[in-house]
Amino acid sequence: MSWLKQTFTSSIGRKFAMALSALFLVIFLLQHFIINFTSVLSEKTFNEISHFMGTNVLVQFALQPVLIFGVIYHFVMGFVLEIKNRNARAIKYAMNKGSENSTWFSRNMIYSGFVILLFLCLHFYDFWIPEISHKYIEVLPEDSTRYFGEMVEKFHDPLRVGLYALSFVFLSLHLMHGFQSAFQSVGARHSKYTPAIKKLGTLYAIIIPAGFIFIALYHHLTAL
Amino acid sequence: MSTANGLNLTLKVWRQKNDKVKGQMETYQVSDISPDSSFLEMMDILNEKLINEGGDPVAFDHDCREGICGSCSMYINGEAHGPGREITTCQLHMREFKNGETIYIEPWRAKAFPVIKDLVVDRGAFDRIMAAGGFVSVNTSGNTQDANAIPIPKADADKAFDAATCIGCGACVASCKNSSAMLFVSAKVSQFALLPQGKVEAKERVLNMVQQMDDEGFGNCSNTGACEVECPKGISLDNIARMNREYLSASFTADKK
Repeated sequence: MSWLKQTFTSSIGRKFAMALSALFLVIFLLQHFIINFTSVLSEKTFNEISHFMGTNVLVQFALQPVLIFGVIYHFVMGFVLEIKNRNARAIKYAMNKGSENSTWFSRNMIYSGFVILLFLCLHFYDFWIPEISHKYIEVLPEDSTRYFGEMVEKFHDPLRVGLYALSFVFLSLHLMHGFQSAFQSVGARHSKYTPAIKKLGTLYAIIIPAGFIFIALYHHLTAL
Repeated sequence: MSTANGLNLTLKVWRQKNDKVKGQMETYQVSDISPDSSFLEMMDILNEKLINEGGDPVAFDHDCREGICGSCSMYINGEAHGPGREITTCQLHMREFKNGETIYIEPWRAKAFPVIKDLVVDRGAFDRIMAAGGFVSVNTSGNTQDANAIPIPKADADKAFDAATCIGCGACVASCKNSSAMLFVSAKVSQFALLPQGKVEAKERVLNMVQQMDDEGFGNCSNTGACEVECPKGISLDNIARMNREYLSASFTADKK
């Protein structure tokens, strides 16, 4: 086995790769939020940025493949590790008090992650598949002002807004543990900065999902 | 003779003849247990009762009974070594329990720690991890340098000492939802990696010990921190982060293929 394969199939290597993909997704989510938030401030700005992101060669053919790989890796490895971890304990405890020594978020990453996966399926159905169809299957003429209208239309449906909001609650729970855990997995832990990372993680886990919920509600309510 | 504050308890204990057969929880009653007795003394009383009744006593590991050896591996009421922090089972006292309480007593649960009998598990996996690199090679020619002659920063010495207080009891594995041995292995990696004597073999050591840990079938670390909370010696998660750094850097720089 090559040393590289050996490294990334080891328990520590797998967690390292999980953490790297997580940190990449944290940065991606932040930029996604900032772009989405412009839709609240200015339809024109949102359309301009969306058009740029949807047509820029670097974004489309360099960053997007990294994102797709990161998302798939994070989900697949998340489930692989979960199966391995479950196999490491054949018989469960008759009495187990996990809440005495760890947070709910940390023990249930697989469930919050699963809800996020379901949300992504809906999100891809709503936006990504129509986008791919628009550009590469139907090859419709490019219209740099279409993005705002497409998004607002999706948020007319109260059920969809509800599902989005619920999903973001689970995203928040996932990030409550995941943010700081990623730093630990890459070995970044020190009394100088770990308390700050934990606080930043909690803030991020609250502000970003709450912000996404606000955007969905804002467009739903203003369109009424 | 019964005492005024003696405890009457219901015990639900895991019974298993050997690693070949299935086990099950059995219910026992003990009465008039002194709140000042240790948990292991309560188990001794149960066993005396079982022997007097012609039954099979509950097998459990114990040795020093003063919190040093790490033998007494019991999962009590859903926690390794029961309620209380930074204690082993022998340091747990019956005053922590209420009269009439039901107490669940189970062995460490991990595939890598097979049950030998009842509450006794085989922790040989830890020995094999240590044999894979948990040592400093010294020749026995008689000219080994005096350790005191090597300057070591106080902070490093303290961290190494803290890591070395790990008694290898396995509470970290038992408490971890993934049965991960990361806290144990990281403590052993750290106690050497922090000292000049251990640095010489540091890269090979961490690669070999992690490899052995994975081969033994322990789970992966999810950073829940349960191990740190339940560890009788208060081994810190700092050690796991250090081992992650040591392992990743050794993977890219060690001569070992």
